[in-house]
Amino acid sequence: MAYMDLSTLKAGDTLAPLSLKPISRTTLALFAGASGDHNPIHIDIDVAKKAGMDDVFCQGMLGMAYMSRMLTDIAPPEKIKSFGTKFANITQIYAQLTCTGQVEEVEQTEDGALLKLSLMVVDENDNVKLQGHATLAL
Amino acid sequence: MIDKRFVGLDLGSHEVQLEKGALKFFATAIGQENSVYFDEKAAAEAGYPGLPVPPSYYFSLDMFQDEPFGYFDTLGVDLNHVLHGAQDFEYFKPAFAGETVVLKAKIVDLFDKKNGALDFIIKEVRVENKAGDLLAKQVMTIIVRNPEGRA
Repeated sequence: MAYMDLSTLKAGDTLAPLSLKPISRTTLALFAGASGDHNPIHIDIDVAKKAGMDDVFCQGMLGMAYMSRMLTDIAPPEKIKSFGTKFANITQIYAQLTCTGQVEEVEQTEDGALLKLSLMVVDENDNVKLQGHATLAL
Repeated sequence: MIDKRFVGLDLGSHEVQLEKGALKFFATAIGQENSVYFDEKAAAEAGYPGLPVPPSYYFSLDMFQDEPFGYFDTLGVDLNHVLHGAQDFEYFKPAFAGETVVLKAKIVDLFDKKNGALDFIIKEVRVENKAGDLLAKQVMTIIVRNPEGRA
């Protein structure tokens, strides 16, 4: 895979956004199996309703996995040094998510330059679902 | 409210063999487009000994144990009242399919907000290879909604 040249990036630059298909029940079921997070609240509407929710909702880690594709699209695994997110709001089923990213800072360290990114996942109404950050080595 | 004496609680360790089939399934489930994560040939061409572990998958490795939510029982927490507040990873050395990794988890902090209506559980998981090298570290912030709050 050809990666972009990260050394050309500077503070304020934005990354190409990633638009995702609407979240379906199939998406949630497959992610439950693949991720090992079998919490039934995301896949079993009976359990969700018992917990006071109207419906099942998205695993936070699915949103984070989508967000991670912003990193894996531009950098090889060994260059990804840190990655984190806050889960600001529950992502509802059928949500159509978009991931965005921006360069916050290029930090010079003894071990070389580090690219500090801010990342975000929003739904179709621009409601923020995840607010993340990452560090890539140049 | 969760008893603060559980701060520092050792949640034990478990081993996971990194399987290419499981990594491919994960790549499919998240719509991964970078082929090094699901195509062994692409991974080999990139110089990797196997499919690499993608950034958020270390969370899943922690789920691959008999009772991944068992510690909620220990803490007296109902799984249905739990929300994932934040998740942070630090990476030290990439891991690849075929390797066996060891995950070591503990509760590193517990605090409450809003008069005990919300409990926060901070769980740290270290991921090491069999030689004891630290590959990655993850910190999970769990929020527990206590419907009845605290008097």
